[in-house]
Amino acid sequence: MKLGVGEAPNIIEFKNVSKCYHDHPVLTDIHLEVKNGEFLTILGPSGCGKTTLLRLLSGFESPSSGTITMNGEDVSELPPHLRHVNTVFQSYALFPHMNVYDNVAFGLRCKKYGEQEIEKRVKEALRMVKLEDYMMRKPQQLSGGQQQRVAIARAVVNQPLILLLDEPLSSLDYRLRKTMQMELKQLQSQLGITFIMVTHDQEEALSTADRVIVMHGGVIQQIGTPREVYEEPANLQVAQFIGEVNIFTGEVLKADEKTFEIELETLVFELNNVKNFEVGQRVHVLLRPEDLEVYSAKDYPEDPGPDERTYPATVLYAVYKGSTVDLSLQLNTGKHILATQFFNEDDQKLDFTPGESVFVSWRLGWEVVLPEEG
Amino acid sequence: MHEYQMGKGLSFQRSAIALTWIWLSVFALVPSFLVFITSLLTPGDSELVRLQLTVDNYLRLFQPTYLRVFLRSWTLATISTMVCLGIAYPFSYAIAQMRSTRVKNLLMLLVIVPFWTSSLIRSYAIVAMIKARGIVNGFLLWAGLIDQPLQLMYTDMATLIGLVYTLLPLMILPLYVSIDKLDKRLIDAARDLGANKTQIFFKVLLPLTLPGILSGSILVFLPAMTIFYIPDLLGGAKTVLLGNIIQNQFLAARDWPMGATISVALTLVISICLFLYSRKFKNQQEFL
Repeated sequence: MKLGVGEAPNIIEFKNVSKCYHDHPVLTDIHLEVKNGEFLTILGPSGCGKTTLLRLLSGFESPSSGTITMNGEDVSELPPHLRHVNTVFQSYALFPHMNVYDNVAFGLRCKKYGEQEIEKRVKEALRMVKLEDYMMRKPQQLSGGQQQRVAIARAVVNQPLILLLDEPLSSLDYRLRKTMQMELKQLQSQLGITFIMVTHDQEEALSTADRVIVMHGGVIQQIGTPREVYEEPANLQVAQFIGEVNIFTGEVLKADEKTFEIELETLVFELNNVKNFEVGQRVHVLLRPEDLEVYSAKDYPEDPGPDERTYPATVLYAVYKGSTVDLSLQLNTGKHILATQFFNEDDQKLDFTPGESVFVSWRLGWEVVLPEEG
Repeated sequence: MHEYQMGKGLSFQRSAIALTWIWLSVFALVPSFLVFITSLLTPGDSELVRLQLTVDNYLRLFQPTYLRVFLRSWTLATISTMVCLGIAYPFSYAIAQMRSTRVKNLLMLLVIVPFWTSSLIRSYAIVAMIKARGIVNGFLLWAGLIDQPLQLMYTDMATLIGLVYTLLPLMILPLYVSIDKLDKRLIDAARDLGANKTQIFFKVLLPLTLPGILSGSILVFLPAMTIFYIPDLLGGAKTVLLGNIIQNQFLAARDWPMGATISVALTLVISICLFLYSRKFKNQQEFL
């Protein structure tokens, strides 16, 4: 049912799209191609333009310049009620004067379907979100999670080409949010339509999406699979927004086609020169907390020396998180870093205490290197 | 200490309730009761009323003259209410859509300002506007649109203009409140689900602002039925309405029992309307 990525045609295309409010740019030069049946999340801090991007898709805003096509048709100026797009709103925006059934039937009634057809489709949609027993309730008699489901049913009953979700889970508690994320993912593969979800929760963005769009300052910073975005961030902003990251900065000492040497916090490393850095260039080396390995100094009584490429450090504090321990460390050079250590059945030596001396290293090749910007 | 405060709060509560009841009794219940008693008495020639109980007055209500006046008043009040609604709805909607709260408040203040002047004086102002040598005719003659002054005074139209002008703010205020507090995202949701402008109005806007429409209509309709100086001043002798007839019975014809009877009948009709209104909206209060 779901078209394989690669052979599917583009359901949405943004070409050179910009949006300004009173000469103040909100979105700049957006290029975007979305394949049919993809689950896309738009991730970014508040004010990054992600909601505006969604409103351009739903038709509540039209672009100041550039074109938006859906299914090959230019929809840049098409009003919302003529688009084959439906939205699940952030606060659900259910009609308070209608019961669940009438809320879900609203879109079909606007399009003048017969009552029999409407009843069939509304009941099917409500069964899909497991609310067929709540048809006669008013929205205010439902819990937050149930209202959320009604909002989803009200949108998908219209069989849209694209379903837009505007921070749909932000007002639910943590556990319910997790459940709903899985249900959304299931629903999307069941329906086979394109989902575009706006969120500011990076975990949510990564766990639900086929591809993630990371936005900052009205510009798309990176589009990629969750793994690409996390492991190969396109720039510092993406790296900092998605997960924790330690940033080391240094100057290239030597460079050839294959490798370059760089001094980071007094140690010199030889790294793969995939980005063709030149001598003298300043470079950021990014390391995720889980890329770091921490050894207690008790296990290594002798300083392994500079050849081992390890940093002597002191534990500032340790946070126990069940399956992991988060460590805040201060290198002897003064730099603060974060490290995450995983529990391992064979290795129970993870009880770090504040003030303890440790050594920190990372597996070469796990780092991300980026040129210093501007 | 806790109990002491509780006791103090309770006694304050009791005296507040008692005061309200005394106020209502002295200024509403007792006068209404007196009016009701009067309606059951017999009119006298030398004295105001004779202490002889009768239901004769109520039977007289069904004379064609009174029924005609009642129907006329009802019709005029209904038309005034409709006209007020027609003007107030788009007006309130436009103000509610404005982004600046300061501009909104300023415009609503301008709606209320005329209330600070006596409505009797404002009715005289309308006379100055629409009389034969008034401002409207003067302008139309000057502009060459008419040769002879229009007969505006002492017509039903004049009464209607007076009623609408005087009562319009009473329609705008509740309407504005209910439109302004309407969640604008519901309109977005309706558009998103494929509703065109007409469908948005009838399926979302109208049902959700119905309480405002009905309160406004009641606030306009009730005075329109009973206000007597506006038809008196602007409609002249030709327009006899319920308010005028009550006033006449008391002040001119000196038939207090009949005046009281018409008042009681009017109160009864209005009470029934209000009762039906409250019944209809009892179930919907929860989301309003």
